[in-house]
Amino acid sequence: MKTSFAEPVLQGPGPLVPHVYRVVDRRRETEDVVTLFLEPVEDPGFSFRAGQFNMLTAFGVGEVAISISSAPGVQGPIEHTVRDVGAVTHALCRAAVGTAVGVRGPFGTDWGVEELVDEDAVVVAGGIGLAPLRGAVTHLVDNMARPAAARRPGSRTHEPGRGRGARVVLLVGARSPDQVVFSEDIERWREAGAEVETTVDLADRSWAGHVGVVTTLVASQQLDPARTTALICGPEVMMRFTARSLLEKGIDPDRIRVSLERNMQCGTGLCGHCQLGPLLLCRDGPVVTFGGVVSHLLSERER
Amino acid sequence: MPESIADLVAEHPLLAGLPGDVAALVAGCARNVAIGAGDLLLSEGDEADTLYMLRRGRVALEVRRPGHGALVIETLGPGQVVGWSWLFPPYSWQFDARATEPVGALSVDAACLRAKAEADPAFGYELMKRLASVILDRLQAARVRLLDLYGEGSREGDDRGPRGRETLAR
Amino acid sequence: MAGCCGNRIDQGAGLATIRVMAIRPFSPTSARRSLGEMPIGEAVVIDRHGLDQLISSLAGRGYRVLGPVVRDQAISIGEVHGTDDLPEGWHDTQAPGTYRLEHGDDPALFAWAVGQDSIKADVFPSRSVVWRATVTEGSVRLEETVDRTPPTALVGARPCELAALGVLDKVLGGAAGGDPLYSRRRAGFVLVAECGTPSGTCFCTSMGTGPAAGEGFDLALSELLDEHGHRFLVRAGSDKGAELLDELSAPPADAGDLEARAAMLEDAASHMGRHLDTDDLPGLLARNLEHWRWDDVASRCLACGNCTLVCPTCFCATVRDTTDVGGGVERERTWASCFDLAHSYLHGGPVRETTRSRYRQWMTHKLSTWWDQFGVSGCVGCGRCITWCPVGIDITEECAAIRAADGERATSA
Repeated sequence: MKTSFAEPVLQGPGPLVPHVYRVVDRRRETEDVVTLFLEPVEDPGFSFRAGQFNMLTAFGVGEVAISISSAPGVQGPIEHTVRDVGAVTHALCRAAVGTAVGVRGPFGTDWGVEELVDEDAVVVAGGIGLAPLRGAVTHLVDNMARPAAARRPGSRTHEPGRGRGARVVLLVGARSPDQVVFSEDIERWREAGAEVETTVDLADRSWAGHVGVVTTLVASQQLDPARTTALICGPEVMMRFTARSLLEKGIDPDRIRVSLERNMQCGTGLCGHCQLGPLLLCRDGPVVTFGGVVSHLLSERER
Repeated sequence: MPESIADLVAEHPLLAGLPGDVAALVAGCARNVAIGAGDLLLSEGDEADTLYMLRRGRVALEVRRPGHGALVIETLGPGQVVGWSWLFPPYSWQFDARATEPVGALSVDAACLRAKAEADPAFGYELMKRLASVILDRLQAARVRLLDLYGEGSREGDDRGPRGRETLAR
Repeated sequence: MAGCCGNRIDQGAGLATIRVMAIRPFSPTSARRSLGEMPIGEAVVIDRHGLDQLISSLAGRGYRVLGPVVRDQAISIGEVHGTDDLPEGWHDTQAPGTYRLEHGDDPALFAWAVGQDSIKADVFPSRSVVWRATVTEGSVRLEETVDRTPPTALVGARPCELAALGVLDKVLGGAAGGDPLYSRRRAGFVLVAECGTPSGTCFCTSMGTGPAAGEGFDLALSELLDEHGHRFLVRAGSDKGAELLDELSAPPADAGDLEARAAMLEDAASHMGRHLDTDDLPGLLARNLEHWRWDDVASRCLACGNCTLVCPTCFCATVRDTTDVGGGVERERTWASCFDLAHSYLHGGPVRETTRSRYRQWMTHKLSTWWDQFGVSGCVGCGRCITWCPVGIDITEECAAIRAADGERATSA
């Protein structure tokens, strides 16, 4: 009497096998940053939340974790903003319209902006860190309840039927003016009423923004800790220092969210590479609260 | 009623929280000035004789590089201070400072301030503490910029690991 | 009826000497031991022929039967067609950085502790293909990959190995769909052989994983070798196991057999080669990340990764895409080790650059953060990492050293 056992598994698209997407458009953001617009060949598509990432495959080269930079719930191709730093990202940055790209995901935790109702949001982006935040900022700005003219720190203009609005403060840091990504979006957000300031490390006189580190911009903001949540994304050192500046302004560490990064190879918590202490960042992150274990983790050497 | 110089000095974050007599001492060396957009507050190499306490507008610290025009190394705004080379000899400015928009500031005579600090060590100590704090913050920020954080990432390596051989680090 | 406990097989003279450790008078209550309690009626007694029948039954059902075999002078895992393939009369001596296997004349089949192999290699192959694709003119055709390996029946797994499978179930079989290859390979059969002869590096009792079989087995046997003969106490832990056992129509174990088993387990428990104090161990390690002991162990550790290779729960893997000239692309998954310099590569360099940080990562993950990630300890106390470390690093000793100097920090970084 034969015991029945599992039939051989047919591995179609699933958590480990990518869906095939195609590049339908591309935009060069800076010298080494490209945004790819992807549409599925067969996949019905998926829903995602701002802050999540996909594993993108450049067929024949490899796979890499890239945050989704388009806003959720918006019709059209999904966007990924890629920086050319290695073999796979190089291939993705060079991918012409029509190239097939593998997509697995979405993975990871999100910024949780949908829950930030009646809360002021301080968003601090360093370099390409604005890409994982882009969808979140779009959502926050689109859901601001007050018109731009009425918005001043400390004033609480009440719009009938819409409840008390919330501020969106966006602080953007980059190396130099030509390295600022999504300039058009930044302008659009500013016109929609977000309080936007940009700063670079070094510039010439044609630059109208600030010159200096983004933490200095944080220090000069007027914030109400009782109703402020902060979202930070950028190089880890920048996030650490920015979080500290926010703590000095009285912001609750549990209301500071950062997007962490480690070597990610599977995106599903199976390969072990993305560990940071007790966290598997593809599963417990990339967005984590700065309070508690994370603030210690980021201070520990070679963790 | 327009605010007095002493009120304006006391309001400025540099001296906020200090006893009124400290602000009064500084005010005695200060005057309220307006600088037009594009004008220089101070120029590299000139005698450093003023502490500027910014109230309004933005100032760019610049350095001139032949072939590169002027490079902006820092921008400062309301609540911040410009200039501390007046603290120690040779009392000479290290950079240019230019108003990038109309600027309102308190211009404090450095010689006056130094004399009062020498005469009244308690006042001098308070002033030094506040200025040192500003300088510390600027130094820290400058160090962070030295890291060139946004430039990280190498074109040489694979996204997963270094191309070619790895070296065993101990 | 008197029962004897424990078998200690002496070599040297080549004679099997059964040293009786103690005589316990029979009583109904003494039949229930704290180690692996078992009421009368649950277990049956079979002889070696019966074990052969079990193995044949499994093969007859289409299983690929794997078990302990002697290969390359060590207890390894290989195909088993009958009890003749099992390590009869073989005995191991293990110590930090030391493994020796010697042969005696006794008929015991399971009088040894685990060797370097673990069943991890079967449920989580060291190399597997995740998917294949053909890329032509910009179009991609992804091909189904099919795993046609017949399910595995593991005969003679030790309790620590069963515990390791339980740990891997949480890691690779867990949330987000898990690893489909693992889930399929795992659907096998496990026959555990309880332990009577722990080695010099064993510490399963410290981890609560032995010497009696824990949960999750299909069949569990205890080998008894005394004046009543060479026999095996077998009990079922699942319907699959019960079905197989019923075919043998074996007589039930009597109280004496149960006594003998209990005595064997107690003796094994009191002769563990090592002990790991697990009292708040995760917390101890979490608060001693800058301890000087990490520098000390780093001066000895070669970062060779042997420990991760032999550990039955280490699961790190590297995923890599390869191409061939015909436009074929394959994504392969291979075992990786956190001791590898490239393991934590990020933005141009490794996060964990020094051996110190990599050893710390391995040990704190295994004994501390594994709890945060998976809700269990990553260590099952099998001792392989101690035996197979070329310089003899012993994690029980490292933990003890940190515990004895809790809170002390290195003076230099």
